[in-house]
Amino acid sequence: MRITEQSATVPYFSPKNWPSMFLPTKFRRFLEDTGTITRFTGHSFSQGVKPRFELAELIRQCYLIGYSSLGLVALTGFIMGLVLTMQLRPSMVNYGVASQLPVMVGIAIVREIGPVITALIFAGKIASSVGAELGSMKVTEQIDAMEVSGTNPFKYLVVTRVAASTLMLPILVLLGDLISLGGAFIGVNIKGTTSLQLFFRQVLDTLSFGDVLPAFIKTWFFGFAVGVVGCYKGYTSSKGTEGVGKAANSAVVLSSVLIFIIDLIVVQFTDVLGLN
Amino acid sequence: MQTAEQTISSAAAKRDPGVSNPSGEPVIVIRHLSKRFGPNIVLNDFSLTVGKEENVVVMGKSGAGKSVLIKCIIGLLKPDSGELLVFGQDIPQLDHEELDRVRARVGFLFQSNALYDSMTVRKNLEFPLRRHWFSITQKEVDDMVMEVLENVGLADTVDKLPEELSGGMRKRIALARTLILKPEIILYDEPTTGLDPVTGKEISLLILEMQKKYHTASIIISHDMHCVKLTADKVSLLMDGKCYAEGTYAQLERSTDLNIKQFFE
Repeated sequence: MRITEQSATVPYFSPKNWPSMFLPTKFRRFLEDTGTITRFTGHSFSQGVKPRFELAELIRQCYLIGYSSLGLVALTGFIMGLVLTMQLRPSMVNYGVASQLPVMVGIAIVREIGPVITALIFAGKIASSVGAELGSMKVTEQIDAMEVSGTNPFKYLVVTRVAASTLMLPILVLLGDLISLGGAFIGVNIKGTTSLQLFFRQVLDTLSFGDVLPAFIKTWFFGFAVGVVGCYKGYTSSKGTEGVGKAANSAVVLSSVLIFIIDLIVVQFTDVLGLN
Repeated sequence: MQTAEQTISSAAAKRDPGVSNPSGEPVIVIRHLSKRFGPNIVLNDFSLTVGKEENVVVMGKSGAGKSVLIKCIIGLLKPDSGELLVFGQDIPQLDHEELDRVRARVGFLFQSNALYDSMTVRKNLEFPLRRHWFSITQKEVDDMVMEVLENVGLADTVDKLPEELSGGMRKRIALARTLILKPEIILYDEPTTGLDPVTGKEISLLILEMQKKYHTASIIISHDMHCVKLTADKVSLLMDGKCYAEGTYAQLERSTDLNIKQFFE
């Protein structure tokens, strides 16, 4: 048996630490978070293009993320189209342009309300569930177990979920828009009479390439943001069940804010490009 | 019929001849390992050697750095300095592929079991097999799954989810998942923590049984003295980041050093 002497404690000092010590704590944390999430996003890209590709898990996540959100998106889309039409009707009648109601509703839904509302619903459902799922996997060491099992957990858990979220949201928005227009058609017919053919002809005749393309493109960014934020918050959550709750909550808040910021940026771009 | 206590005593007697496994060539060599998290020094000049088919128990107070040690060994954490050789390969210097090849030979039983919640027992066991052995057929996978499940006495749970199992059963399934790759080294992170004394003893005996069957070397993190007595060829006491004391269970038990005695009282 051998016994060694007690160790001496060595004071901690890192030359990398000192500049940030002069910044206010909240601002320093904001900068640290921004840096970490940027690296996390970059890592998602770099890992996503490297083999081995987790195709089976990607397909499973597409099914879970896309299919599980379909009912909610359909319901909210339908109500949104119906309510929007009923709310707009009195003003349109006052201005004597009630016949343009399908055009007005169609443009509003396709250009802005459909993508943004669907993305917010998607963020509420997916960012929170992904954040909580990965957070609890981290707390219970399942992510470590995955790594020990010869799996790159970042690729298996993060890349697949980010890719699935990016791929599924545009499809959900397309379906949501269609169902919203269905709701709008019913809304138009509550106090008026318009055939389905006439309603959709009016909507489609009005919509141009510049209405559809930017709206469609921004949904990819929305989906990517929801996926990255949900995974980031879960994957980097602090230990304990409280951390899991915080991860789910902050994932929804941050991804919702990012949806509006992305929307704002896309509007500026399309304005500069003359697509508005 | 032997009681659990008698079984432990006889097993411990067989395993404690006064010297640790002398024939085992080292499969793990740790020299002057240090690891800190910010200002907290967790490991400070820690050294340990584990021979082939040798069971080493690492004891220490909560937060002493025992789990950090085995996470460094498996490559989940990177030490700040020191040498960490597993099968002669310096773990901190390995790239991902090389590390995966080493990990295929090293099992890790997590304290929380770390069973995948969304997968059945079968899928949990298949997961590491599919990841490490690409050319394996479904028939071979099924056979290996059933073999390890039978070894841990839970063949009938194959299609259950982890949430449907008791704490002891989960621990057994986690052990089965660790064993399925037939590792040469197993790292146990507090295998009996959170279990009742009877189940804890069953798990300790199972560890010993599996060690004999698969001829593994082990590092067992534990402060369950029944488990330590039963399984240890050698005990290392981790204190202030260093290996404070090392010897057989009997040697440490006889020690008059107060820091050592407190663990055996």
